[in-house]
Parts: sequence; C-alpha cells; structure tokens
Amino acid sequence: MPAQVPAGTGGEALLAVHDLCLERGGRELFRDLCFEVLPGSLLQVEGANGAGKTSLLRILAGLSRYGFTGRVERRAPLLYIGHLPAVKALLTPRENLAWHVAGEAVHSNDEIERALAKVGLYGYEDVSSHALSAGQHRRVNLARLYLSHSPLWLLDEPFTAIDKGGVAELENLLVEQVQRGGAVVLTSHQQLRVACQVQALSLTEGLVA
Amino acid sequence: MKEQAAAPGTLGFCLALLRRQLTLAARRPIEIGNPLLFFMMVVALFPLGLGPSPEKLAGFAPGILWIIALLSNLLTSDTVFRSDFEDGSLEQLLLAPQPLFLSVLAYIAAHWLITGLLLALVSPVFALMINLPAVAIGTLVASLLLGTAVLSLVGGIGAALTVGLKRGGMLISLLILPFYMPVLIFGSAAVQNAVLGVPPGPYLAIIAAMLCLAVALAPLAIAAGLRISVDA
Amino acid sequence: MWSFFHKLGSPPWLYRIAGTIVRWLLPVTLVALCVGLVWGLLYTAPDFRQGNSYRIIYIHVPAAVVALAGYYVMAIAGAVSLIWKMKMADVAMKSCAPIGAALTFIALVTGAIWGKPTWGTWWVWDARITSMLILLFLYLGVVALYEAYDNKEAAGKACAVLTLVGTVNIPIIYKSVDWWYSLHQPASIKFTGDSTIDPSMLYPLLLMIAAFYGVFTCCLLMNMRAEILEREARTNWVKKLALEYRA
Repeated sequence: MPAQVPAGTGGEALLAVHDLCLERGGRELFRDLCFEVLPGSLLQVEGANGAGKTSLLRILAGLSRYGFTGRVERRAPLLYIGHLPAVKALLTPRENLAWHVAGEAVHSNDEIERALAKVGLYGYEDVSSHALSAGQHRRVNLARLYLSHSPLWLLDEPFTAIDKGGVAELENLLVEQVQRGGAVVLTSHQQLRVACQVQALSLTEGLVA
Repeated sequence: MKEQAAAPGTLGFCLALLRRQLTLAARRPIEIGNPLLFFMMVVALFPLGLGPSPEKLAGFAPGILWIIALLSNLLTSDTVFRSDFEDGSLEQLLLAPQPLFLSVLAYIAAHWLITGLLLALVSPVFALMINLPAVAIGTLVASLLLGTAVLSLVGGIGAALTVGLKRGGMLISLLILPFYMPVLIFGSAAVQNAVLGVPPGPYLAIIAAMLCLAVALAPLAIAAGLRISVDA
Repeated sequence: MWSFFHKLGSPPWLYRIAGTIVRWLLPVTLVALCVGLVWGLLYTAPDFRQGNSYRIIYIHVPAAVVALAGYYVMAIAGAVSLIWKMKMADVAMKSCAPIGAALTFIALVTGAIWGKPTWGTWWVWDARITSMLILLFLYLGVVALYEAYDNKEAAGKACAVLTLVGTVNIPIIYKSVDWWYSLHQPASIKFTGDSTIDPSMLYPLLLMIAAFYGVFTCCLLMNMRAEILEREARTNWVKKLALEYRA
C-alpha cells in the first residue's frame, strides 16, 4: 500500500520517509511507506490497534533502529512524547521540567510556571510528583509542549488520560504549532477538532487525503 | 516560530543530569545507605566464617575488603538506568541533542559518588574491624576511590545491556564479573603491598590507567547498549 | 570484493555455500582428527619426565588454542554486525559462543585430568587455568545474554557490544592474571616455564590443532545453517527447501 502525502504549506521538509517497510512477528505491518512532513502540516496516523502506529512513531523518532527497512531523514530537532510520561515521582513537576533528560533547552522558572499553569497544574509546581495522579503525570509531560522550540512534534496518543478541557487546550496548541511553521505527527483514535487542515495517514488503507 | 532558545551545552546538560540523579538519590536515602549496610554485614560474616583470630583476619583483610566493595558495587549497578527505563526517561535521553556517550557519564558519576566514594570514605572503619594494619588504610581508601570508579563504569555497561530485561538482576553479574577481576587483582595487591611495606604506587597507577581506559571506552559501550535496550 | 561481501549477507547464498564447505571440510577434518589422535597417543615417545600422561596435550592444547581464537572470531563477527549491520554476522557470532564455551570447557577438564598425575591435584590456581576459566565465563555471559532477550535481533546487537567489550578486556585480564600469579607463585615451583618440545611430539600436535580448527569451522557452519533456517523460517526459499527435502 504505497502512500504519498501531499505537500503542506511549502518549505523544506522536516522529515522525509522513503520506502519504509516494517514486519513484526512475521506479519507485515506496512510496506513502501513514503511521505514527507512539511512545515505547517498536521499529520494524523490512523489504524487499528496493532497496526503499527507506535512502531512507526518510534522509527520516525529514531528510537527503533533495527527491524525495518527503508530510510528516515530527520532534518530538524524533534520532540517525542510516547506512552510513558518520563516523570520522576521523586521530583516535583518543576524539577522534572527543569532537569528534563530530553535536553531541549534551559527554561526559566517563569516559563516553567506558565507551562504548568497551561496544563492545569497551577499550584502543583513544587508538590512531590508522588502526590499526583497518572493523568497529572501525563500533563506534566505535555507541559513540555508549551516549552518546546522543536519544529517537529511526534506525539503518540497525546490525549490518553486527559480530560475534556485538556483535550481542547491541547488541540489549540497543535494549531499554534502548525501556524508558526512547525509540524505535528500524532497518533490518536479521536477525531481531531482543529481549525487547520489535518492530513491522515492510515496504516491499514494507505493515504486518505 | 518562538524565539529560538539554544539547546543547553553538553557540559551544562551533564551537570543538570548529575544534579537530577543526586537529588533523586538524596530523596531516597535508604538507597544510599543500603550498600554501606551491606558492606558492614558482609564484613561481619568473615569472622564468623573464618574464625575470630585477628592474625588470620588481618592476612585476608585486603582481599576481603576489596571483594565486598566489588559485590556492593555489583548489587547497585543494576539500578543505574532501571527506573529511567521504566518511566520512559531513558528514551527521552536517547533523543536528546547532546551526545549520549557524554550524558551517560553523568549517570555513572552520580552512581560512583553515592556508592564508590562513600564506600571508600567509610572503609577505614570496616578495615579496623577486621584488623587491617593501620599503615595500609590510606592505600585502601585510595585504591577503592580509583577502583570503584572503574567498577561503576564497567558495571554501567552491564546495566545498559540488561536494563530492558525483566530478569536482569542475576544476568548482570554473569556479564560483568569477569571484567571486574583485573581491578580486584590490582586493588587488593595494592593494599597487600602496603601491608608488607612495599610502596603501593605502581599498583595504584595501574588502576588509574584502567580508569583512563574505562572513561574513554565504557561510555561508548554504555550508549550502544542503551540504544539496543530501548529498541528491543 | 564488495560483491562477495554482499553475497555473505544473503541468507540463501550463505546457507548453500556453508553446506558445500561442510561437505568437503568435515571428512578432511575427521581424517586429520583420527590420524592426529592415533599418531599422538600411540606413536610418539613418552615424555622423559611425565611419562604417558603428557599425551593429553594432544587434546588439551588444541582445545585451548581454538577456544581463544574462537573468541576473536566472535568479536570480529560482532564488529561486522555493529558496523555494517549485517544480519549474517549476528548469526555467525551467536553460533560461535556455545562452540567456544564447549572447547574452553574441554580445555579446562583435560587440564584438570592432566593436573592430577602431574601436580597431584585436580585444580591449581595457575595463571593459564584461571585465564581459561575467565574465558569460559565470558563465553557463558554471551550465551546467557543472547538467551535473555526475546527480540533476537536486539540480542545479536547486545551480544556484539558485549563481545567487543570482552575483546578490549581479554588482554587486560590475561596480563593481570599472569601478573597476579607471578606475585603469589612460590619461587621453587614453576609450572609454566619455557619448555622445549621435540619435533616428533610437535608434528602430531600441529596436526591436532589444525584438526580442531576444522572441527570448530564445521560446527560453526552447521550451527549457522540451523540458525539461518530458524530465522528465515517464513521465507519462500526455506519453504521451498523444506518441500524439496520432504520429496
């Protein structure tokens, strides 16, 4: 099922994928996947459970380096959010963001407070993360999006364990990222309600414009 | 785009990581205390097993102390990357723009500071408990300071290769104990020689040489191991 | 050259060529092994000091030599697998480990059997024996690590890293153990001194070493063939092969 995703708003592609094939446990998940992610595009990867969405995102991020054929060119710094929140329970949300292992940038205290307020964790900045729920851990992780300067975001199921208000907030953030010339690749089972064009990449049926 | 903030430099990032690891350790002090407690308990085992005769214990003391230091290092090596692997921090570290083989050095340094360094500093107490002659105590501390750093680096390789495995605990010992042996040989020889009144300098120099080699090469192996473990 | 390298990476080609090599090498090896054993055990003069017990060197020495060489074969395969991401190098490396471990074990057991009449004890902490024991640990570590991974591709890479770390460490371990032994060795006894060997004893020994290299190569290739079949079980060429075999 060869797939071609059309151009976004133009400019040099942030990510280019050539002839990507993936096989897991003797089953072919996708084959000859070719696409480019251009600045200003929002690409939603769709497919049933086990269709290889997470595997695809891990390959795009560069975490999976074996077991597939094809080529992925990463031309811009990227931010990857996976299933695991990467939040240390022994650290406070503030420390978690300030000393984040992704090493994206040095953030000032103000920036961190603003980001935490955006994800609804105002007042929790210096509480031990032990006291936070799983959903709040995910929110701490999502606060990185507000701090991020990376042009390319790879988000694996970012809406999991996030309440309704949080989802709307996040959708606005995605639009902002697209409008300022960044790009987002995300997997989600939800229909996105965003005020920009969403490209869909279906791993089961190929490309749906 | 927002104003571009440059990614922190490698040194700054490593220092932040070091601070993060030390804070994590400080928030769970029992993890720092456990290796020391282990050291003390195993020291108590030897008189029980070998008999309380002070001369006999003194003869074996350099070897005993070094073997225990090695074991307590081994027991803690497994934990260097495990919690970061389990909560997803490790995959974020792999994606960081800073070179991985330098950032893992921060992890190893933190591990050494909270196990090797402390162990070396408290070792004189245990040395006196098993009658190590006082002249050798300085050498014991020096050899432990240098040697445990090598052990931490080598142990990090084992930790990196087994962090993705559910039953890594036993396996890591099988993988890295053979690599610990040269350190054990020269470490205990240094102390032994100090007991006999021979200058231990050359032995310490050899351990220092091993440390140089380990600092240069182990991070590469650790980085490669972590990439494999996260991928598996 | 590159096309040959390329072919090495192709499982069906490697499977076939390994089969051909084994078909020729195995009989030659077996003949060499028989000749070497009969020659060494029956037709050489007994040693003037050790009598007949020394004859165990015709098994002990070749096993030890090839066991050590095997680790380097494994390390080279590991390096190739990491640098060129060649899957067949993984297969070679993985197949090396158990054979190397077995040879090391043989060397240790024959050493112990030899030690009883010579030194009066089964086990002596002598430098060479201790080094061989550590070599056995290194081999077993690779086997254990490979088995612990569910994802065999990752297992191959992890073992490759471990073998390379081992390669850097082996000289250090050997030198340290040598040095350690010289430190503790009582001056009057010397087990591992310079010894000369009579040519009449040397030739069968060289033949046996060559034969053991042959055994190692045959075992390695057969092991690799089995591993290739297992890894490629779902591909068409293996299915075709299975059908041909049944027919």
